[in-house]
Amino acid sequence: MIRFQVASSKLFYNQPNKLYVLDVSSFEKDSAHCMQLALFIIFAALAIAGALNLLLQKHPINSALSLVVVMMSLAVLYWSLGAEFLAAAQVIVYSGAIMVLFVFTIMLLNAGEEEHTTGSRAAYLAGIPGAIAVFCLLSFVFLSESKTLGSAHLGGLLDNGLSNIAEISQVLFTRLLLPFEVTSILILVAILGAVVLARKEEEQ
Amino acid sequence: MSTEVPIAAYLILAAILFSIGVGAFLIKRNVISIFMSIELMLNAVNLTFVAFAHRWHAVPGQIFVFFVMVVAAAEAAVGLAIIIAIFRTRKTLNVDQINLMHN
Repeated sequence: MIRFQVASSKLFYNQPNKLYVLDVSSFEKDSAHCMQLALFIIFAALAIAGALNLLLQKHPINSALSLVVVMMSLAVLYWSLGAEFLAAAQVIVYSGAIMVLFVFTIMLLNAGEEEHTTGSRAAYLAGIPGAIAVFCLLSFVFLSESKTLGSAHLGGLLDNGLSNIAEISQVLFTRLLLPFEVTSILILVAILGAVVLARKEEEQ
Repeated sequence: MSTEVPIAAYLILAAILFSIGVGAFLIKRNVISIFMSIELMLNAVNLTFVAFAHRWHAVPGQIFVFFVMVVAAAEAAVGLAIIIAIFRTRKTLNVDQINLMHN
């Protein structure tokens, strides 16, 4: 850890003239940028390949496994954006718990390859132009605001040596304590609902 | 520096993933595959939240992603239970043959 003065750096124009502790020195900033670029290119390509594989595979178990690839590469991108807690939660909750639930259901129901019907031809006609329209709209908005958005750098939220988990928990357990407790009730209701829905009806 | 990654690149990646999710949602015929494309769309939106939280140095954006994850977990549990219940009565996972309201 090296302390250095950021006078008019482009990275910290929100709070200029403050002393920051970062894990990159000004000498190593270029290599951090290169590392972020390499991480972005590799894992963005992996995520897009996984998403396309989800779309193109016929068997649901192949789709589920390619969705795991998408979620793991998104976890790496979260980490490179300074969200370490969310990267860990993404791996544990999404690619751990939720995808295990999906794979378990696919195997329980013995789901085979999907067959094509007349409904799927109409879906192709509506689906592909619709998806392209959504993409064009979103990328137009993002590209037109590209200058104001600026650029990313590794370890963005690590101000004053406070870790990402400490920052999140300070807000989550003080200001947002009530929503946090309400989510636990939501999870409880969801568990009860799942048990009631998936139960065999034997009394009739 | 030209090696910096613009935030817009992350947002466009999220847009690509979201539109692939929209396409998969409309094209897929299997209920479980449709459900997985919804999860893909949720993940794409989470990426935009994290990118904006990084840009504005704002922790509440990351907390929003945390709540989205919690709701997605609850939704997956209930949704898959509904799929199992439908499969028990209809013996199929194809959405074209699940038209309970029709008869």
